[in-house]
Amino acid sequence: MPFYRNIAAKIALLPMIVISLTVFVGCIIYSFVYSLTNSKLVPVMNYVGFDQYERLFKQRKWDVAVENIFIYGFVFTIGCLIIGFLLAVLIDQKIRGESLFRTIFLYPYAMSFVVTGLVWKWVLNPTFGLENSMHMWGMTWFELDWLVNRDLAIYAVCIAAVWQGAGFVMVLMLAGLRGIDEDIWKSLSIEGVAKWKSYIFVILPMLRPMVVTAIVLIAAGVVKVYDLILALTSGGPGYATTTPAMYVMENFFSRANLGQAFAASIIMFISVVCILAPWAFYEFYLRNKYANN
Amino acid sequence: MSTIPKGPRPKHLTVGRVGLYCFIIMCALFFLMPLYVMIITSLKDMDEIRAANILNLPKELSFYAWPKAWSQACTGFVCEGLKPGFVNSVKITVPSVIVSVALSALNGYALAFWRFRGAYFFFGLCMFGAFIPYQVMVYPLLKIEDFLGIYSSLPGIILVHTIFGMPILTLIFRNFYASLPIDLFKAARIDGGNFIKIFFYVIIPMSTPITIVAVILQVTGIWNDFLLGLVFAGRDNQPMTVQLNNIVQVDYGVAEYNVDMSATILTSLVPLFVYFISGRWFVRGIAAGAIKG
Repeated sequence: MPFYRNIAAKIALLPMIVISLTVFVGCIIYSFVYSLTNSKLVPVMNYVGFDQYERLFKQRKWDVAVENIFIYGFVFTIGCLIIGFLLAVLIDQKIRGESLFRTIFLYPYAMSFVVTGLVWKWVLNPTFGLENSMHMWGMTWFELDWLVNRDLAIYAVCIAAVWQGAGFVMVLMLAGLRGIDEDIWKSLSIEGVAKWKSYIFVILPMLRPMVVTAIVLIAAGVVKVYDLILALTSGGPGYATTTPAMYVMENFFSRANLGQAFAASIIMFISVVCILAPWAFYEFYLRNKYANN
Repeated sequence: MSTIPKGPRPKHLTVGRVGLYCFIIMCALFFLMPLYVMIITSLKDMDEIRAANILNLPKELSFYAWPKAWSQACTGFVCEGLKPGFVNSVKITVPSVIVSVALSALNGYALAFWRFRGAYFFFGLCMFGAFIPYQVMVYPLLKIEDFLGIYSSLPGIILVHTIFGMPILTLIFRNFYASLPIDLFKAARIDGGNFIKIFFYVIIPMSTPITIVAVILQVTGIWNDFLLGLVFAGRDNQPMTVQLNNIVQVDYGVAEYNVDMSATILTSLVPLFVYFISGRWFVRGIAAGAIKG
């Protein structure tokens, strides 16, 4: 095929091709190459092998960041899935005011992470927040000092994030529930299967593509979490709620330690690939294979 | 005359239904609580905030926090409130949305109707870019923009938003165009339409629904962005989210929670407005953004 055939389409896609190559591929190569140097304030080509990675894995702060991202990823993903599915099932019960409830459950998703973080920072304020309300109502045993508690602060982040993201999962699940054939419900009710049982053992497995999509989208977002934590805890108390993304940004922009930042960002990238690769393999390879047979 | 009333029998409320409504209303209250706290806190004066329950309605309405948040609150040494941030956010969002939506529509069109060898390889690369954490690309991209001379400027941040919006927008435009009947395109070809003519006279007039979805997705996404604005916009073009965070997280002086909450509401007004007026479209946008290729 001569090059100039279909030339208009090639020109139209040129920006996409250039951006994909320079930004998406080029930046990863750039980061990887400079992660093998001891760059400080400016990137310099001073090869030191995998020194930066070795140093990274020895950092206590990085350990905390990785631990946090696991806790956050697990609690946030599970929380969003359970609450999102539950809300979708509730809304699917032919209730009155369905659109009102849907609007209420989804509006946090329109808010930015910064706003989400700042609102929950105020609600969970240890002096004036919900704890204080409960004390004023006579429940003096009630404790909600999560934001100032080193061990619990990360769970405060999880609550804020689930509040923001559960509605999104609900929308995905509800779309799935609405697509279920009426006949399946009929046969289930003829068989006399209890409703909650049919939801968990019959309908949920049928929604597997929705669940997988939701998990992948949530998980890819988990690794990026930055502004929510910055607004809610600023990574504190101490560095108890720091995350890999914060570690990278700190080393780039306030600690002038570029080599470390590049190394940490490459680790972030690898972990995203590890999450996505099995899914992409399933979606694009296995599925086509079975579809063709 | 028959005494049997027509129409379906009125449903009686069972214990289960009452329980269902109680539960869903409790969930709704949980989701609404932060919004409620935000609004009432912004309408109290500081004495009342210190003395009273965070959940109580204000004894007397005080509106002084709102104009203060808008035009007087301090970020560092500058006390101009959120107004400059709002103007900047508009200046960033409007061109970014127009450029990214136009470019992605063109991409989607070329991919759906004018495939050439290798086009889908680059599309795959582009989609892969949607999942790379920003932290990996921020620094090299900053270097590229520096080289182009647009780092820390309005064109710089617009380019960044265009780049990062492209994968998902191209995907939804491509999927929409691929679902159009191919005969339509063939007929236009037989009538002598070329790449550009078919795009302007056949495709664009049919693209209204998907364009609305794309615009909603981009307006909320860009307005809510924090990280990219922080790094690429420069000091003079800081978006509203960055300024909000600066206003609330001041290290010195007395924290004015009512001003903070007014500022938080002001920042989320645009996405909330988009959400409430667009309703179903917003949901469609989310679902479209979530669908994989």
